[in-house]
Amino acid sequence: MTATASTSSTPTSRGRRPGAKARPSMLLTVVMLAVVAYFLLPLWWLSVASTKSNADLFSSFGLWFADSFSLLGNLGDVFTFQNGIFLAWARNTVVYAGVSALGAAVLATAAGYAFATLRFKGSTALFAIILGSIMVPLTALAIPTYLLFAKVGLTDTPWAVILPSLVSPFGVYLMRVYADGAVPPSLQEAARVDGAGELRIFVTIVSRLLAPGFVTVLLFALVSTWNNYFLPLIMLNSPEWYPLTVGLAQWQSTSQAGSGSQALFSMVITGSLVSIVPLVIAFLFLQRYWQSGLGTGGVKQ
Amino acid sequence: MTSTAPPAPAQPRPQRTANTLSTLRRREARAGYLFVLPFMIVFVAMLIVPLGYSGYLSVFREQLIGGTSFVGLENYARALSDATFTGGVARMALFLVMQVPIMLGLALLFALVLDSGRLRLQKFVRLAIFIPYAVPGVISALMWGYLYGPDFGPFAQLGEATGLGSPDFLSADFMLFSIMNIVTWGFIGYNMIIMYSALRSIPTEIYEAARVDGAGEVRIATAIKIPALRPALVLTTIFSVIGTFQLFNEPNILRTIAPNVIGNGYTPNLYAYNLAFVGQEVNYAAAIAFLLGFVIMVVSYIFQLTTSRKEATR
Repeated sequence: MTATASTSSTPTSRGRRPGAKARPSMLLTVVMLAVVAYFLLPLWWLSVASTKSNADLFSSFGLWFADSFSLLGNLGDVFTFQNGIFLAWARNTVVYAGVSALGAAVLATAAGYAFATLRFKGSTALFAIILGSIMVPLTALAIPTYLLFAKVGLTDTPWAVILPSLVSPFGVYLMRVYADGAVPPSLQEAARVDGAGELRIFVTIVSRLLAPGFVTVLLFALVSTWNNYFLPLIMLNSPEWYPLTVGLAQWQSTSQAGSGSQALFSMVITGSLVSIVPLVIAFLFLQRYWQSGLGTGGVKQ
Repeated sequence: MTSTAPPAPAQPRPQRTANTLSTLRRREARAGYLFVLPFMIVFVAMLIVPLGYSGYLSVFREQLIGGTSFVGLENYARALSDATFTGGVARMALFLVMQVPIMLGLALLFALVLDSGRLRLQKFVRLAIFIPYAVPGVISALMWGYLYGPDFGPFAQLGEATGLGSPDFLSADFMLFSIMNIVTWGFIGYNMIIMYSALRSIPTEIYEAARVDGAGEVRIATAIKIPALRPALVLTTIFSVIGTFQLFNEPNILRTIAPNVIGNGYTPNLYAYNLAFVGQEVNYAAAIAFLLGFVIMVVSYIFQLTTSRKEATR
């Protein structure tokens, strides 16, 4: 895998450091492993609890397995309950997150590139406005957006979740910083002298240089839409349009109410496990991108 | 247009170059607008317009009889004397001064430990601390909610098995701390990675020079590493301020477990949501959301002001 190959370069560059005496401390390692235990505890609990039947959840110790192994049965319940609506939620989440992230990353890349390398009047002011908008709270936007969407009949459709998610001011900021370092002005000048138009320069030359930054913005936009709860909660009424977060929260509240043939705790738990596995895997394989991306944001300002 | 003027016969070449340059400049500026345009269209439609509409809504009042009428700043005045709103803001301020320093302090400590190179299993530790960031806030609230819970939560089970009992994490006394723990769990890794990346970009020659001068590891951390982290610390603090005042997912999920502890105005965001979608008081909710945005901007601004002043006096 390319991802693992590139991350293995970290220890090499660490070795280059003459300062790091590479004398591992046993005490430090033990303390940090205790810290790791705190971070993994809920995930361990979730994995163990997914293997238990609803009855076993109450009768067995939470951090260890029960006598019977019910993971497959739980998975069956999750995917068949209410005519397999969980699958629709999963599909919705993938579509919302995928389309929003791709759109947001394309828009942010084009804008960030222009702010970093092209001279045009008003660019400083525009960029300042975009940066300032990071502080606008989501509620201040979500409620009026809902009312506006209701007027044009967009609520309770996928567009209601996708359109607001296309705006990523932080993505523009990241791409500006990234393009600043990745696109040499001499390259643009040379291409211009050769008679290439700006669009052609962007598509054929610059886009390749910006690819790693693009993937970083894509990844962060993907996570923020995948994890979004507030916006779809407001915008969507029909359960068949729900993403996983809203759907699971609804199952949770019906299981908490505990009436009759409602959703069970074991289904909420197993459904939660199923819905975090894809993102955890994506993060494991795309380490290079989130690490460099977060670095870009924090190093330069 | 200058290009239509007859070229001076004596020096045709410099004239042409100047013309091409200005054409290039103009073309570059036009391209700049075109590249920014798609983002700006969505930005205006999805951010500026709703924000403006929210401001517009906030100065009206809708009544069953008499329809909508302009009330000026009445909604804002009502919010400022509304104990539910001010109580929610105060609760978030408490959350801010307690949780954010703990979260960022630990993130800084972990980043320094990772950067010291004195840790075994470094890569594993880094990943394990970061992984909660990939877990949606709703699901971390669900997980912790069960962990805290008295029914099949392991803490309650352990408390019962040992006869020691366990605190009721979901009671009114503990709830805010329980939510702090969920947020801390989810975001330490994110902040740690930002700081760690900033640490990695410090040139190593500085450390060498400091060691030659006889500085120890702790001295290097406080005198070189932490000052170099300033931009990263400012960034993470401002993001934490914004995130704290917007707290919604965790209390909204835990509400289903402890409805008597978390009221409809436990956080300002929760209050605005309930006003707009349960109480149908859209205009008042818009004013609340606006005030909340104002609070966030003021707190972020004060923070930036104090940190930049500190730097100026140094």
